[in-house]
Amino acid sequence: MTTYILRRLLLSIPVLIGILFATFALSRLIPGDPCRAMLGEKATDAVCNEFISRHGLDKPILVQFGVYVNEIAHGDFGRSFRFSKPVTDLLMERLPITVELAVSALLVSILVGVPLGVISAVRHNSWVDVLTMLWANIGVSMPVFWLGLMLAYVFALALKDTPFQLPPSGRLSPGIITVPFYEVWGMSLGQGGFFYNLADFVGRMNILNSVLSANWETLGDALKHLILPAVALGTIPMALIARMARSAMLEVLGQDYIRTARAKGLTRNVVIMKHAFRNALLPLVTVIGLSLGGLLGGAVLTETVFNLSGVGRILYDAITARDYGIVQAFTVVIAVFFVVLNLIVDISYAYLDPRIRLN
Amino acid sequence: MSADTPKIAKLDAEGLSLKSVSLWQITWRRLFKRKSAVLGMVILGIMVFVALTAQWIAPYPPTLSMLDAKPPQNLDKRSSPCIHLFGCPADQPQHILGTDGNIRDEFSRLLFGSRLSLMVGLATVSFAIAIGTVLGALSGYFGGWVDNLIMRIMDVLLAFPSLLLAIAIVTVLGPGLINALLAIGIVSIPSYARVVRASVLSVREMDYVSATRALGGNTNQILFHRILPNALTPLIVQGTLGIATAILDAAALSFLGLGAQPPTPEWGSMLGAERNQVFTAPHLVFYPGLAIMLTVLSFNLLGDGLRDALDPRLAHVS
Repeated sequence: MTTYILRRLLLSIPVLIGILFATFALSRLIPGDPCRAMLGEKATDAVCNEFISRHGLDKPILVQFGVYVNEIAHGDFGRSFRFSKPVTDLLMERLPITVELAVSALLVSILVGVPLGVISAVRHNSWVDVLTMLWANIGVSMPVFWLGLMLAYVFALALKDTPFQLPPSGRLSPGIITVPFYEVWGMSLGQGGFFYNLADFVGRMNILNSVLSANWETLGDALKHLILPAVALGTIPMALIARMARSAMLEVLGQDYIRTARAKGLTRNVVIMKHAFRNALLPLVTVIGLSLGGLLGGAVLTETVFNLSGVGRILYDAITARDYGIVQAFTVVIAVFFVVLNLIVDISYAYLDPRIRLN
Repeated sequence: MSADTPKIAKLDAEGLSLKSVSLWQITWRRLFKRKSAVLGMVILGIMVFVALTAQWIAPYPPTLSMLDAKPPQNLDKRSSPCIHLFGCPADQPQHILGTDGNIRDEFSRLLFGSRLSLMVGLATVSFAIAIGTVLGALSGYFGGWVDNLIMRIMDVLLAFPSLLLAIAIVTVLGPGLINALLAIGIVSIPSYARVVRASVLSVREMDYVSATRALGGNTNQILFHRILPNALTPLIVQGTLGIATAILDAAALSFLGLGAQPPTPEWGSMLGAERNQVFTAPHLVFYPGLAIMLTVLSFNLLGDGLRDALDPRLAHVS
């Protein structure tokens, strides 16, 4: 297993270099002069000259690439001219919101998609099956932003003043406050440092934070705000997962050992859960891994629709304001994030299926 | 043979009849036996019909703003649908789906939007297939460092979530429909390159390829006449499903303001322009989204149907 993980880690190095090179190339392809593209149209000549010599923009292209990689390795993504603070700080502020959204969407999609798929395989060709597959086909064809807007319309306007009313935007209602858990616990972490950053990151995820600080009112409100975006973002992966769970289960249920298990007189539930479902897990992990990329892309759209100030939303704002520094930094970070996620998926494969790690 | 055809010829079972049945005839026949694929073809057929005849069936030009409509007809922005058949007063002009923020007929814009969506899907996928096929074929046929180089580049492209990479590319190229098409095309190259490479690898060592080589066939002949035709079926399936994704991504880019620019009647940008009016004029958000969904759905259903119909392992289910 260790050798497998090591080999897989080594294999992702060329991809990482490629990602860095691609984003570097994109940043150099921006029309016009790179200084004004990064610092805004109003940058003076003096500022630009300083910028150019600091980032080595007057040096050969390979040296420039070296400088760029070095800066990123030190966590330096430059400054955003619109927010006039380091892009790294912005990332640390916004990433928790996107992570919270993506994780809840993934949870929604797995918790609904897997049971739906399993049930429709077990009751093959029943009305449950037909309806699930119809829904799955519609689900993969739905534009995320449209679904989000429609959900907002239904739950915020059509169901207004019913118990099902849900807020269409933002993360918390006015008046509801959230205090970072480390302050509630009376911890003094100081500024900077790894533990401070970690605690700060967790503290920005409202749900985790309110659980940690036992603030149930905030938790309820945060959950209410998260339901619609999570459902909107989770629908496509949910449909993919349901489809895959169904076909994987159908294939496994036709195997001889299932018949043997039934013939032994095992109960239906034991056969389905222990004998069949476990063997259907592998293709499911694949599909979940594949849908993570879509989740990150969909987050841009979902955050725009629901006014959540996560990574996706800031990326959208940065695009419209031509704040290339942010676009470039966020693209790198999300791509690296995605590579790491894929790595985890591959390793969990090898864990689930010994044949892979031995090959 | 025509007069006294043996009885067996009348059996329509595949492979048994004396009259040869081509792969495409079989596929076609199987496709029609799947309800979902038929549904997909029906929706797609309607879309194509609408796209071809939009200029005749649309009641208004798609970019005509009715700002200067004369009094009894003066219209508000974002007026709700008015259909005479369903009790809308006859003295008001009929707008089946209402009007948008610039007092344009939403229905006409929606009809014209089908052209763009289909065009976007076909153009990006053709672009991606053309480049992906060449790259995949080179990679699979020559192997070695060519293969390594090409496939590592494809890995890097695949390492970005597709929509984000498309966003990054459009940001550099500048917003606009053509640039959005280019970005989505580039992003979808890897999946076609992989499909073609896999087929080439599986066919490269076949006897008939060796035979062609022994007969003096050149690389061109081997690659384009012996190997690539075998990659056609997976490409068709992948391409049909790819059109669905391309349409969705293009609509998303337009929604974000990076694709088609106003006043182009493109569904994604129509929806994006009115997204803040979802509570006051929901029809302006609902119908363009529904149109996107139906178009994407039709390609998804057709692609799934084609995959099953072209699968030789399912040959017995004719």
